[in-house]
Amino acid sequence: MDLVQLVKEGNRVAIARLITKAENEAPEAAIAMRQLYSETGKAFLIGITGPPGSGKSTLTDKMVKELRKRGKTVGVIAVDPSSPFTGGAILGDRIRMSDLALDDGVFIRSMGTRGSLGGLSKATYDTIKILDAAGFEYILIETVGVGQSEVDIVKTADTTVVVSVPGLGDDIQAIKAGIMEIGDVFVVNKADREGAERVVIELAQMLELNANMGDWFPPILKTVAVRNEGIVEVVDKIMEHREFLTSSGELRNRRKERISNELFNLILKKVSAKISTKLSEENFWDSQLDEIIENQKNPYDVIDRVIDGILQ
Amino acid sequence: MMTERKIRVLVAKPGLDGHDRGAKIIARAFRDAGFEVIYTGLRQTPEQIVAVSIQEDVDVVAISLLSGAHGTLMPKVVKLLREKGADDKLIIGGGVIPDDDIPALKEAGVAEIFTPGTPTSVPIEFIKANVRQ
Repeated sequence: MDLVQLVKEGNRVAIARLITKAENEAPEAAIAMRQLYSETGKAFLIGITGPPGSGKSTLTDKMVKELRKRGKTVGVIAVDPSSPFTGGAILGDRIRMSDLALDDGVFIRSMGTRGSLGGLSKATYDTIKILDAAGFEYILIETVGVGQSEVDIVKTADTTVVVSVPGLGDDIQAIKAGIMEIGDVFVVNKADREGAERVVIELAQMLELNANMGDWFPPILKTVAVRNEGIVEVVDKIMEHREFLTSSGELRNRRKERISNELFNLILKKVSAKISTKLSEENFWDSQLDEIIENQKNPYDVIDRVIDGILQ
Repeated sequence: MMTERKIRVLVAKPGLDGHDRGAKIIARAFRDAGFEVIYTGLRQTPEQIVAVSIQEDVDVVAISLLSGAHGTLMPKVVKLLREKGADDKLIIGGGVIPDDDIPALKEAGVAEIFTPGTPTSVPIEFIKANVRQ
């Protein structure tokens, strides 16, 4: 039976294989994604992001268990950094999720960033669609440990959970500009530690200053994920946010924006591949570079001529 | 654009071993060789290892064992993988394993066994040479 059909039926070997093909940008993956697309758009996507060591994996593990208690099936995508030097990676998020391995209602996939800088990997988007088409009702996407600007998750998830912890010193300073603005739900994890209350207060103050807040005021919740404390409340708030997104029409807006981003990126990728093939066919580099270096031509005129040639 | 085929390896620690220093060193060496290494921590059952191997679609399952239970646990992983239709993975073992036990493990489907003192380059080269295409 073919791979796409098996994925739709939820066959785990097939799901895993298709994700690998998407990660490796295999031609079969591009064909399969076309065939799967009509089955996507049903899952609710939850992003979990925050600095390294804030407990994202433990929180993800506990949230999956809570969703399972509520009878939902869950896909998890856990992204860890790839080495920029060797391309290798140690994907260790599963250490915190060991006892989910045997649950048939859960599918966990670890991914290396493979050169992407926004906190996700290129194949994350296809993987979401594969898990969605395979029938998982909720998909949790755990980003790499982020600093200030890895905000791809907000363009990807329906609800974004930003995790913070006490004791990182100027932690709030570090997150206020970038990921501070993208949270729909804020979690202060390791809340049994000193300074948790201060983090909550600082987060609240910063949220109040946020001008374009709209109708959803992001809640700030305290958790101790290793002891499963506060998890029910986090899942409740996510459900509330889901309800808000649906009833306000915001869900459709977010998904429109996501699709437009994705389309634009895919168009760029195809166009840049075409341009690069065309230029090397025409022996462009060898013919132009010397003249530019010797100031006989300027790069701006050369670019204009190339673009005009391509757009004809 | 070049499509890149990455080798994915599960470093698995079944049974009751109390530490995983060796497994972590080999995981690090595999990473430096450019592999994507999935590490799941101590005390995994063969069933868990097989479930993770399938979800992660790894090319290689590298089982590290110190406790002496290799004769039971390694063949069990092979058998379960076959039952689940995921028998195209390269299975290798490492740890404190007596030479006399190695033929039986190979008979059971473990492709190679690496014992203490083996340089990390040896399993890396073995994987590159024998991984599924």
